[in-house]
Formats: sequence, structure tokens, C-alpha cells
Amino acid sequence: MTLDQSRTAVLGRALRFAGLRPIAESLGTIVLGLIAGAGLMLIFGSNPIAAYSALFTGAFGTVADALETLAFATPLMLTALTFAVGVRAGLFNIGAEGQMFMGAIGATFVAGLIPLPAGIHLVAATGAGLLAGGAWALLPALLKVWRGVHEVISTIMANWIALFLATYLAVNFLSEPGRAERTTPALETARYPVLNEDASLTAVFFVAITFCVLVYFYLWGTRAGYGIRLAGENPGAARYAGVSARRAIFLSFIIGGFAAGLAGASQIIGRPPAWSLYATMGNVVTIGFDGIGVALVGRNHPIGGIAAAILFGALQQGGRLMEYQAGVASDLVRAINGLIVITLAVPEIWSLLRRRRAR
Amino acid sequence: MRRSLRFLFYLLGAGIVLILWGALQWLGLQPISLLEAGLLAMTPLALAAVGECINEKAGVVNIGLEGILLISAVMGVWTAETFQSGTVGLIGGAVTGAIIGLFLGALSVYGKADQIIAGIGLNVFALGFVPFLLVNLWAFPGIHLFPADLGVPRIITPLGQISPVTIGAIVLAILAHLLLHRTVLGFRITAIGEKPEAADVGGVRVDLLRVFTSTLGGALAGIGGAFLPLGWFGGVTDEISAGRGFIALACVVFAGLEPMLALAAALLFGFTEGFSFAVAVTPGVKERIPFYFVSMLPYVTTLVVVALVIGRRRFPSTVGRPYARE
Repeated sequence: MTLDQSRTAVLGRALRFAGLRPIAESLGTIVLGLIAGAGLMLIFGSNPIAAYSALFTGAFGTVADALETLAFATPLMLTALTFAVGVRAGLFNIGAEGQMFMGAIGATFVAGLIPLPAGIHLVAATGAGLLAGGAWALLPALLKVWRGVHEVISTIMANWIALFLATYLAVNFLSEPGRAERTTPALETARYPVLNEDASLTAVFFVAITFCVLVYFYLWGTRAGYGIRLAGENPGAARYAGVSARRAIFLSFIIGGFAAGLAGASQIIGRPPAWSLYATMGNVVTIGFDGIGVALVGRNHPIGGIAAAILFGALQQGGRLMEYQAGVASDLVRAINGLIVITLAVPEIWSLLRRRRAR
Repeated sequence: MRRSLRFLFYLLGAGIVLILWGALQWLGLQPISLLEAGLLAMTPLALAAVGECINEKAGVVNIGLEGILLISAVMGVWTAETFQSGTVGLIGGAVTGAIIGLFLGALSVYGKADQIIAGIGLNVFALGFVPFLLVNLWAFPGIHLFPADLGVPRIITPLGQISPVTIGAIVLAILAHLLLHRTVLGFRITAIGEKPEAADVGGVRVDLLRVFTSTLGGALAGIGGAFLPLGWFGGVTDEISAGRGFIALACVVFAGLEPMLALAAALLFGFTEGFSFAVAVTPGVKERIPFYFVSMLPYVTTLVVVALVIGRRRFPSTVGRPYARE
């Protein structure tokens, strides 16, 4: 055994000891994704080093940039939670996208059209988003529990139906008079306070963090939460323990719907300058799908999801400067996200790499 | 039980056709234009679904059909423009799909990947890669239109214009049926899906055959993807697939992995989509029904049909699970 190999072995043991290996693997996957993204840039004749340095500067260069990164991270940690809670119950819930549209509609309706006293209004608008997201999750939940419809198909269909339904509602009932391209903005009383004049981060960030932490305590600290995790990890044992798989599936869908609904609401009542929903859904679209990668990098853990969301928020915020300075379309960030998900799907990849090292 | 069930499906299908026909009369739509639109919409669904039937028979699931459709649509147009031929464009789509299918198959077989997560990853990748490609290939975001003469020409029949790709899709479904039920290869494919251990002992290379079915499934979906712009829309956008990959998966579920039933399901969903297209463009009709509700129709139909059918289908015992030699 050479010195180099023994050093890796010791390092590996230390990582395992500290429980850091999952974190190291997640970070490693992101690095692989970024390398693959660099490959794509080279194919199309861009300079990856210039692009990535612009990306990093854009994400963390100034305090305002860093706060903007957190603003991007806010909805991501919530849509990641939707997917993560699903996986914990053994589901592939990719319906965050549609549930988020409905949450945005719920929040837009209460925040823009129903005048309420300050304080109550904010709570009501947030609650409306939460409930609308949860309500939209009922559809795939019931189809799964009653008919056994695979959630990948039902949630995607529900996403498309939600897109058209939300656009219909936004255009016909919620649009701002004289400005058809967006809905009536949230009233002053229904807006989360902006934390810094130079960035679009608002106090809704803390609401999102609180929600993630609450779900963590629910899953790891309560009987019902344990039931959800048991049903996902070991359905046989769950049955012996008297845990109802249907109940677990249903609960996980609804919690996920609440999270996605809150994500949708956060983009309306917690994100300047629009404070409204665009008729194209432009300010909410794809956040639901982005959450899948965030959840997987965060190891389907609510707290891990927060960390991963900040990372992906940095990619999105930095992607804007990358597009502007290095001329690389910021859509590449989403492609990298997909590559990271594919890499994380292969459990063998790390043991394969380790075996090669040891040889 | 099976026979009564089949009868129920026929009844269901007949009922839907009758309702559509009634709606047609009420709206005053042209049956010929509906037939044209329905067959066009059927084609990509049928191609993707037939390929996926074979793939799932062998025990591999590809949730990434949507991503394959999307990427092949762009690559199909790119090859068509490069070689100045729509037909070559279709081949370009097939090659693109085959490469992605090969990659996914190798990941599932040799990397023991979680096939659902890998497929979701592919879809997310396509969501970002396709807009990136559009900008990089044609320097314009979101959409690209190509000269009309690059499209695959349609055959004019008394029943309206039919694309040769549609006929090809029907032929491929029949061939897939024959492959699975009448050939040794088909028998082996079924065997590695049901009992890979037994097939392995019997001398069948489980790994190679699974990679092959995944590649074949990808190639068929790739033709379907290239057909979208080249045979149908006349342009490519970054959301041209519009959920069709998942509707194709619903066809596979509906069909219980039988290619001919998958074709029938594709026809059903295709007609629903053709119907919503016809409604959306016919003057005097489009004002009566809000566009958004018409657009929802294919997705609602898919949900309803899958909810009615599911749970009564049997899938290969190892579908979605990697096979490891003891």
C-alpha cells in the first residue's frame, strides 16, 4: 500500500466516523455535474473557467449577491421538501411544480383582492398558498391510495392541468386592470418585509426555514412521522408495526403539497419587485422541478435540503452573471442540475471509483 | 375475468368515440381535420410507447421518455438542416434517442442505477439542455422555425393528409408485437424481465439484452421526438414535448406492455389531443370554450383512463430492478 492509498483509506474512515461521507459524496456529485457542464461549454466553444468564475462572483461577490442567492434558495428548499418527504414515504412525488402554481394562485387571490388588517393579511395569504398547494396534492394522493395510480404519471398530468388552470384563473379573474401580463400585485399589508434594499430577499426566507425545521421534527420526532419513514423504508415492517401505508402516503403527499404551496406563495408575497404572478407563470415555472435535484443532493433530508437549496440558489443567481459576462446561457445551470440527479441515481458510482483507487 | 375486462375496454373506447363524435356534431367541426390531427398526435405517443413496452418487458423502466422526445426534437431539426432532408432528420432523432437509451440502459444495468431517479434526472437535464441547445445552435432563445420544405412530406389520401411516419409507427407496433410473441428474441426478452436468474443460467446475456432493449426503446422515442417538429409542427420549441413522454408511459400502463394495445391507447390519447387542437383553431368554436380548458383535455383524459385501468395489469416481476449475478 502506498502512502497515497493509505492516506485515502484513513481519510475515508475519518469521513465515515464523522458521518461526513454522505456530504462528501453530495459535494463530489456537484463537482462531477460542474465538470460535465464544463464539457458542454467546451463543445459549444465557451470558456468554462471564465464562466464558472463569473458564476461564483455573481453568487457571492457582494453582500447583495449573497442575499439574492438566499432569495433563490427560499422556494427551492420548499419544493425540495416536497420531493424529499415523498421519497421518505417511498414515493416519487414530482408534482411540486403544479402544487406551486396553485399555491401562487391562492396567495395572489388573498393578497391582491381581499383587504385585511396588516399582520392578519400576511398570515391569511401565506395560509391560502399553503392550503391551495395541499389541495392540489389531494388529486394524486387519492388516485394513489384509491386506485394505485403511479404518482409519476398522475403528478405530471396534474402539473399540466394546474398550468392551464392557474393561467386561466390568473388571466380571467386575477389580472391587474390595464396590465394583462400580470396579476393584481399583493397589497402592502400582505407583503413580507424586504431585508435589504439591494436584494429581493424578504422575511419569507425565515418562514421557509421554519417550515423545513418543523417537518424535520415531525418526521423524526413524532409517531406519525416515524410511520411515514417506516412505510417508505420497510413496508413489511411497517405492516407488522400496524402502520397504515395508505395513511403514510396520504400524509406525505399533503405535507409535500403544503411545502410546494408555500413555495408558490413565497414568490408572490415574498419576492419584489413584481409582488404578483406573471400570466406566463414566468416567475414560478420550473422551480418545482429544480427542487428534485436539491432534494437528492440534500439526501432527502429537510435540513440537508436547506444547505443544498443555498448551493443551487447560488448556481441560479450566479448563472445570471455567467450569461451576461461569459455568454453562456443560464439554462445550462438546469442541465447541470439534471446531470447531478442522474449521477446521484447511481449508488455504485462511489464504490466503483473507490475500487479503482484501491486496485 | 380477462375477457369481461377486455369487453369493458371496448365499451369504454366506443363510449369515448361516441362522445367525441357527438361533441363534434354539436361544435360543427370537420371530421377529416380531426382525423388528420388525431393521427398526427397519435404518432409520437405510439412510437415512444411501443419502444417502452419492449424495454419494460425486459425489466427496465425509462421514465426519461419526455427528455428523449425533447432532445431528439432539437437534434432531429439540426440534422435535417445539416443534411437538407427531413428524412435524415428523423434518422438523426433516432440516433440521438438510441444514444440516450444506451446511456440510460448502461447506467441501470452496470451502474445498478435507480431507474426512476435516473429518468427524472434525464427529464430535468433536458429541461435545461434544450433551451441551452436552441440558443447555441440558432442564437435565438426558446424557438426555432425551419424552412417548410425540410418537413417530412405527407401522403394525400381521400381521408385527408397522412404522414408516412404515422404508417411507420403502426407497422412498428405490429413488428414489435410479432417480435415479442413470435420470435426467440422476444421470448428471451420476456424471460429476462420475468426471471433473469433462469435466463442467465440458460445462457442469455441479461446485461447485453437489457442494454439493447433500452437502446431500441430510446431510438423509437427519438423518431417520435424528431417527428414532432419535422412531421407535425414545422418548428421546435423548448417545450415541444409537452408531457407526451409521460402520456406515452400512461399508454404503456394502459396496454399492460402489449404493443398493439399501446397503439390503441396512443390512438385514443391522440384523438383527444387532435380534438383539442381542432377546437382551439376552428372559428366559431374556439370562442365557445375557453382555450385553457381545451388544452387540459389530453391530460385529464390520461388521468381518468389510467385511474380506470390501473391495478388490473400485471408487469414483469423484475421491472425497474437491477439484476445482479449471485
